[in-house]
Amino acid sequence: MSDTVKDLNGRTPATAATGKDGAAADGGSPGGEGRNGKRSGSTRVLRPATLKQPRLPRWAPAALVAGSLGVGVLTGVLGGLESRLQWGLIAALVFVAATFAVTTIVEGRRQATDRLAASLVWTSFVVAILPLASLLWETIARGIPGVSWYFLTHSMNGVLSWQEGGGIYHALLGTVQQVLLASVIAIPIGLLTAVYLVEYGRGRLAKTITFFVDVMTGIPSIVAGLFVLSMWIMMLGFGYSGFAGALALSILMMPIVVRSTEEMLKLVPGELREASLALGVPKWRTILKVVLPTAIGGITTGVMLALARIAGETAPIILLVFGSNMINSNPFEGAQSSLPLFVYEQWAFGTESAYDRAWAAALVLIAFIMILNLVARGIARWKAPKTGR
Amino acid sequence: MAKRIDVTGLTAFYGAHRAIDDISMHVEPRSVTAFIGPSGCGKSTFLRTLNRMHEVTPGGRVEGQVMLDNEDLYGPGVDPVQVRRTIGMVFQRPNPFPTMSIYDNVVAGLKLNGKFSRAELDDVVEKNLRGANLWNEVKDRLNKPGSGLSGGQQQRLCIARATSVEPDVLLMDEPCSALDPISTLAIEDLISQLKSRFTIVIVTHNMQQAARVSERTAFFNLAAVGQPGKLIEIDTTDKIFSNPTQQATEDYISGRFG
Repeated sequence: MSDTVKDLNGRTPATAATGKDGAAADGGSPGGEGRNGKRSGSTRVLRPATLKQPRLPRWAPAALVAGSLGVGVLTGVLGGLESRLQWGLIAALVFVAATFAVTTIVEGRRQATDRLAASLVWTSFVVAILPLASLLWETIARGIPGVSWYFLTHSMNGVLSWQEGGGIYHALLGTVQQVLLASVIAIPIGLLTAVYLVEYGRGRLAKTITFFVDVMTGIPSIVAGLFVLSMWIMMLGFGYSGFAGALALSILMMPIVVRSTEEMLKLVPGELREASLALGVPKWRTILKVVLPTAIGGITTGVMLALARIAGETAPIILLVFGSNMINSNPFEGAQSSLPLFVYEQWAFGTESAYDRAWAAALVLIAFIMILNLVARGIARWKAPKTGR
Repeated sequence: MAKRIDVTGLTAFYGAHRAIDDISMHVEPRSVTAFIGPSGCGKSTFLRTLNRMHEVTPGGRVEGQVMLDNEDLYGPGVDPVQVRRTIGMVFQRPNPFPTMSIYDNVVAGLKLNGKFSRAELDDVVEKNLRGANLWNEVKDRLNKPGSGLSGGQQQRLCIARATSVEPDVLLMDEPCSALDPISTLAIEDLISQLKSRFTIVIVTHNMQQAARVSERTAFFNLAAVGQPGKLIEIDTTDKIFSNPTQQATEDYISGRFG
């Protein structure tokens, strides 16, 4: 066995220096000179005797996955474990442990460590994706039957909670208008703040702004809602409206836009700014025509994340938009509805047909955000720095 | 078009750090002036003070006088943007705008500063790409992104971009240090052609290059790390390379230090 390379990387120099301990740990490979290369005087030469290494076959990871799943299911069934979650956890643990053990025996310590890290990454990936996939699956499976043209184009006006029928047109309209208004307020302010922080901001003021943006990121949505409620509705005396909701949403949206845009602008190489300035282009035009277009892809992604966040907000909507069963296409006056609020209301009714409507509306909300996302990505790709020859 | 530059008592700072100290020299029009010297001696800083790019760096500050023909670049009421339109710059690393095509890169300086007709722009693109010896290589793919070109081509594209605004002076900050010998040769040929139209100042670490392309050479040095860089001497390139007045110059050129 050619374990020499492993000694170079797999163990600390302290263990490596002791030689024989390492040999035992590596599963009885020939010790002494063979392991550690040739000795010349007192200096050890770490050059390996051969460059080839025993490798696990390519199907090994797949076999390990299948095997550990089998073990998980088997222990689950034999041990009488109810929860599938436990089966999965056992399988995951067995997979990580078995991969490490098998690789240690066949390939050696360094590769085993490598595979251990890789299997942990994969396991975490699966653990992370499972809830997401099941959430999507559940929403689609339960929501699809309720979604129809009628559902999308009618309101709940005159429909009682236990009755079938009704629709989400009023809520969809409310969400679109509120999100749009919030974006119109928050995106320009957020972008300009980020431009200020990256391109102009120096010293105290910039640090203060950064600090308050960070603080704003942590504002709970209900607090933003209460703030607008006390300012806009109680102090200034305006009534409930989609616009009041949009104000609260824009407070939630702004810091996310600022933060993500700031990071993206920082990634634009200073060389590009200098190249533009050296052509005699004024700074504001450099920012507008060179810096922003270069970062547009990342900025769009950040804005979309912010949009997705506020499109699902319920608390400020309850406080400020109030909710309504009727179509109100004027966001500046009177109560409106929105998709998350609609889901909440329907769920609270607790009747069969209301549940169906809630699931269908949830599906529409997810689809709405996804479509927005795809459109934004399309724009970003169309505008982003071009590669290729 | 090409103009003469007279520098008197120029000192540049980065914050409190004095980067170059009390430099005076003149640069002849329609010729190439090379700056040589060890790393950190302030060649690039000095070059950047010549088109007011130094002050773009946070903390960058300049004292002294730079006369372009009869106008002081650091005089009151002088707009740095106008200075940079008059004195163009090519950087060490090729930096074409990644969002723009080859065509748009060449005319970026024009398009970002005003309105031009398509026919005008077409002329400018062809003239400057020909001037940069790049036309034949890219004429069939002007609408492809500039970042798809090789390093040497990108640098020539950047030179075309710098010349397209018809500056009086062209500053080059080690324009060949990221390029292979063949691309370097192409750029050097280009420099000798461009000097009929522009005043050129080039910073280089390559002394053969200074000897090949320049009429006059300035040698910069610094007493020790952390000390400000100083101009040791400036003279015709022949004189500097064959019979310099200062011992330090001779030591540097003959490779005895630095």
